[in-house]
Amino acid sequence: MKKRLFLKSAMAGSAVATAVGAGLLTPSMAFANSVSFKIKSDAASVSVASAGQGSFKFKAPKIAENGAVVPMTVDASKIKGVTNISFYIKSNSTPLVASFNLSGAQGYVSTRVKMGKTSPVIALVTAGGTTTSKTQEVKVTIGGCGG
Amino acid sequence: MASIKLKPKARKGVIGIKCLIKHPMETGLRKKKGKIVPANYIENMVILHNGNKVLDADIGSSISENPYFKFNVPGKKGDIIELKYKDNKGKTGSATTKSK
Repeated sequence: MKKRLFLKSAMAGSAVATAVGAGLLTPSMAFANSVSFKIKSDAASVSVASAGQGSFKFKAPKIAENGAVVPMTVDASKIKGVTNISFYIKSNSTPLVASFNLSGAQGYVSTRVKMGKTSPVIALVTAGGTTTSKTQEVKVTIGGCGG
Repeated sequence: MASIKLKPKARKGVIGIKCLIKHPMETGLRKKKGKIVPANYIENMVILHNGNKVLDADIGSSISENPYFKFNVPGKKGDIIELKYKDNKGKTGSATTKSK
């Protein structure tokens, strides 16, 4: 009897696995979008080399105790002609958090985001047709043990 | 009823705009008593400075509940700042304030 039960549960487990696989389709599709986004930013950072990498300020906490409210700031007001600022969190189910199209405003955006778990956060700044990025890992502690 | 707090403050030729929008920002992934809470988040937000569009934001569901934003726009005291938003249910909200 026990053996049968075990088999049953194993079958159920595999069924769950396939369901998860099927369910994963949507996040992976979202990810495909973000991958092209990342390639874009990577290509841009290669072409701009080191100058484009660190030319704006990106402020985010190293450890966020509450993943529901994580403040972060991009300060690119020293760069001229900033047209877009985007935030991107790798492990979120919707990785692209927000994209701010600036037309007249200075390159400065500060906001609060949600994070499901510990993940690198990428800030992208587009100025004059080239995109540069900056990454910071944000640790999310749920238990409140301070990681 | 979503309310918006909009506080522009001019300093040295730059208006710092702080805004706080009251909005649940549901992702559509969270469950409550076994039922999925339907998604309800702001999709698009526009900021107008004296009637000219200065910022146009596409926002995803990863922005936190009751979203807070801060922007800098060149301008002076007395300029009119307007904020408009639209969420995925088609609901819109707006606020207009004079810069201090």
